[in-house]
Amino acid sequence: MVQKKSLAAPYLVWMAAFIIAPLIIVVYFALTDSAGNFTLDNLMTIGRYSTVFARSLILAAVATVICLVLAFPVGYFLSRLRTSKQHIMQMLVMLPMWMNFLLRTYAWMSLLEKNGIINRILGLVGLGPFEMINTSGAVVLGMVYNYLPYMILPLYTAMTKIDQSVVEAAQDLGAGMGKILTRVLIPLSVPGIATGITMVFVPAVSTFIISRMLGGGSNLLIGDLIELQFLGNSYNYNLGSAMSLVLMVIVLLCMSFTSSFDEEDMEGVV
Amino acid sequence: MKQKHWRALQQAYMVLIFSFLYVPIVVMAVFSFNESKSRSVFTGFTLNWYKSLFTNSMILDALALSVAIALISALISTVVGTMAAVGISGMGRKSRLLINNLSYLPIVNPEIITGVSLMLLFVAYRGFAAWANAHMGAELVPQNIFGLPTLLIAHISFSVPYVIFNVSPKLRQLDVRMYEAALDLGCNPTQAFFKVVMPELMPAILSAFLICITYSIDDFIISYFTCGNLQTLPIAIYSMTRKKVSPEINALSTIIFLVILAIILFTNHMDSRKYRRDQQRRG
Amino acid sequence: MKKRLVSLAAVLMCAVLAALPAFAAAGDTVPAGPDLQVSADYDWNRFRGQNVTLYVYNWGLYISDGSDDSIDVVKGFEDLTGIKVNYTTFDTNESLYAKMKSGAANYDVIVPSDYMIGKMIGEDMLEPLDFSNIPNIDKIGAAYKNLEYDPDNAYSVPYTWGVVGIVYNKTMVQEPPTSWDALWDIEYAGNVLMFNNSRDAFAIAAKKLGMSLNPTSAEQVQTMAEELKAQKSVVQAYVMDEIFDKMTGGEAAMAPYYAGDAIVMMEDNPDLDFVIPEEGTNSFVDAMCVPKGAKNKEAAEMFINYMCETEVGAANCDFIGYSTPITDVWETLDDDLKYSPIAYPSEEVLANTEVFVSLPDEINSAMDMAWSDMKSYDEAGSGWMVPVMLLLALALIVFNVWRKLHRRQRSDLY
Repeated sequence: MVQKKSLAAPYLVWMAAFIIAPLIIVVYFALTDSAGNFTLDNLMTIGRYSTVFARSLILAAVATVICLVLAFPVGYFLSRLRTSKQHIMQMLVMLPMWMNFLLRTYAWMSLLEKNGIINRILGLVGLGPFEMINTSGAVVLGMVYNYLPYMILPLYTAMTKIDQSVVEAAQDLGAGMGKILTRVLIPLSVPGIATGITMVFVPAVSTFIISRMLGGGSNLLIGDLIELQFLGNSYNYNLGSAMSLVLMVIVLLCMSFTSSFDEEDMEGVV
Repeated sequence: MKQKHWRALQQAYMVLIFSFLYVPIVVMAVFSFNESKSRSVFTGFTLNWYKSLFTNSMILDALALSVAIALISALISTVVGTMAAVGISGMGRKSRLLINNLSYLPIVNPEIITGVSLMLLFVAYRGFAAWANAHMGAELVPQNIFGLPTLLIAHISFSVPYVIFNVSPKLRQLDVRMYEAALDLGCNPTQAFFKVVMPELMPAILSAFLICITYSIDDFIISYFTCGNLQTLPIAIYSMTRKKVSPEINALSTIIFLVILAIILFTNHMDSRKYRRDQQRRG
Repeated sequence: MKKRLVSLAAVLMCAVLAALPAFAAAGDTVPAGPDLQVSADYDWNRFRGQNVTLYVYNWGLYISDGSDDSIDVVKGFEDLTGIKVNYTTFDTNESLYAKMKSGAANYDVIVPSDYMIGKMIGEDMLEPLDFSNIPNIDKIGAAYKNLEYDPDNAYSVPYTWGVVGIVYNKTMVQEPPTSWDALWDIEYAGNVLMFNNSRDAFAIAAKKLGMSLNPTSAEQVQTMAEELKAQKSVVQAYVMDEIFDKMTGGEAAMAPYYAGDAIVMMEDNPDLDFVIPEEGTNSFVDAMCVPKGAKNKEAAEMFINYMCETEVGAANCDFIGYSTPITDVWETLDDDLKYSPIAYPSEEVLANTEVFVSLPDEINSAMDMAWSDMKSYDEAGSGWMVPVMLLLALALIVFNVWRKLHRRQRSDLY
């Protein structure tokens, strides 16, 4: 149609300068030491932090699974509502998403603290104060709370494309709840599931705010470690770049499992 | 009977999930009216925190900066992105695939890596500028770019892909025959583009513009690494949460919530009016 | 004729007498904002109308900023001089250093601690000050000038000083702590907060072990790191500014922190008290400096001079609680603050304190590395994490392969 390829030129230049070049610089720093000589030391040092990487991956995975389980019914029920109601509900799901991320996490701090609201309410019925904040559980809770809408929306979008007659046909053929779930709903909503997993797992694995505000600073995640190297206590660009490189590889690996890089598929994300 | 139980269960579950999503926000709102500074004991009703929020120059400056950056970066991103989407649609399959995959990178990359890589780029540039200036003996290359320039560059970099992925599908759905008809009727390509293609793309471009603004105002991690000595709103909030707590934060969060709610209700109202008008036109 | 001369002389005398008070007043003070008076002996208006913005980078809660009915010192400066101040905060010396070293930000006034100033001087990151613009330097007590970190006192002007001790909640401990061991006591597991920066944390471990808080070898750093690792199971959280909220809210039983902040916390929560452990502790000086290449050096020096004004210093002292190095300001304090053993400890307590010196590069990087290690160290379950991760990776690979096969199967059917 409009065959003006040159229109894309400004963007291509921009992309090369501000998307590709920075990543190359990260790789450069990862593979050199502070004097500029090539070295693999940085990558080797990361071995000491394998527990941090493992912890981040595991916590992010747990949060993703919880989000998936919680969001799946929500997406389904939303898609079966009347169209006018769907619109409003969709907006209501998105509203927390548009509120500031820091404020939402901060809100949980006042709920989870020892003298926080939840403990006070439990105290009224005589249940002892539970140590909820500054634990891995609090971090997972923070992740689930912040990223649940990102899982609900793709699932909902995918499920609106599943015609109700398909479900009814399955019921007519004698399928029970479980069969409908595994044979009809899940396979047909796979694109939504894939998108949702991507949109939850990637931010969850690389966050540093949630672990700092709800985790007490003693259980570091990858994001904390990287931040420490750049703007924090341990000023070490090379080590930080090496960690970023490893994180990027991990994320790309996970991405290759959950989504295909076909044009049309990608647009479901936005 | 079973249907009734099923529906009750459905509704209960939805209520549960929505309360989970909204309870913290509501709690924050309630305690923004709290007399004392306590975050868990409600002692009395007051509007003081809202008043002091409006005189808090740090927050107001940060808000102004955030809004300015959001508008400027969204504008530039939308223009560059739309141009890019049009240009990319005219390319061969292989180059299209390559560019789309590369454009996907800022979206899928963890924000901390985008932030860190941009910071390294700017630091490297600064080193280069210092060397160049020393070489030439004069300050010809701008050296201290951290601040407004770096923030704008960073925000544009992560916004443009969203524009591309919003406009491209609309572009593909476009009926080529309309464009060709315009050419047949005597328009040159530029006129045809602006008179036929652009109006069709407008909804996608507008929604892309809004998405850019949203992501830009809410961005914390990338701004954190590229802000220099400036503070955007999320960064100001972050520094507030690390200090002696003040219910001013609660007041701020309540205000943001109400503004967003108002925007949502307004757009919903506009959408339903448009829907009804379309229905009438068709019927 | 004579009568006219006499009356002329009388009029002149009256005029002079009338003008005298005006002269006297002009020589005294000028207002800085609605609540402060500063010396009129200084040209505060040099930059008025020139659209100057000053970037000040200070610790959090380290200036009287108008909250809690205190005086807004920064606004006073803006009103007095017509210079706009962009005031931002940091929470540790190390994050200040990281931001400045990378060139990621440009500030005009910064307020590092003693050892960090020494380090920055060594790395040529500070501008030597022009003291003709800072006449108030003479008001700083001699005991706080020409210290080890800045022997010629060419780069810094002291802002506050203090000591580190343990803040504890009287209702949550069996007995008041007397030694640094108390922070390792399993009795208070989950109720102890700790410094979230390497030097302060290592200093406490050093004092507990009876070592100097300026390690001289990497082995010493390792020993201190081991001690901190052992403490991890007892620590509730690593905090800096967040501590105010936590201690006043009764979230923790004890925490090491700076004396000035302890005073502020004790005002908010009368259950709190402060003690300086018997093994000795760190005493510090925070001073104002101008980074190299600052755009508005003179305006920065004006700001530094303003902060040393008596009323400004008193307002700050009152709000942040830290001890002042300016004798005039000390004179104006309330008796209970003036003679407080927390804010102004006795000679013998001070004799048992040690100051930080900037460490040589290898020891610094050893400490940074050890800090990262200690923070990521996980006592419970360090072993099983990696195998679990490998299993997860395997599961993902298997799932992916199955899916690819399944897809091929489905497409084969059509």
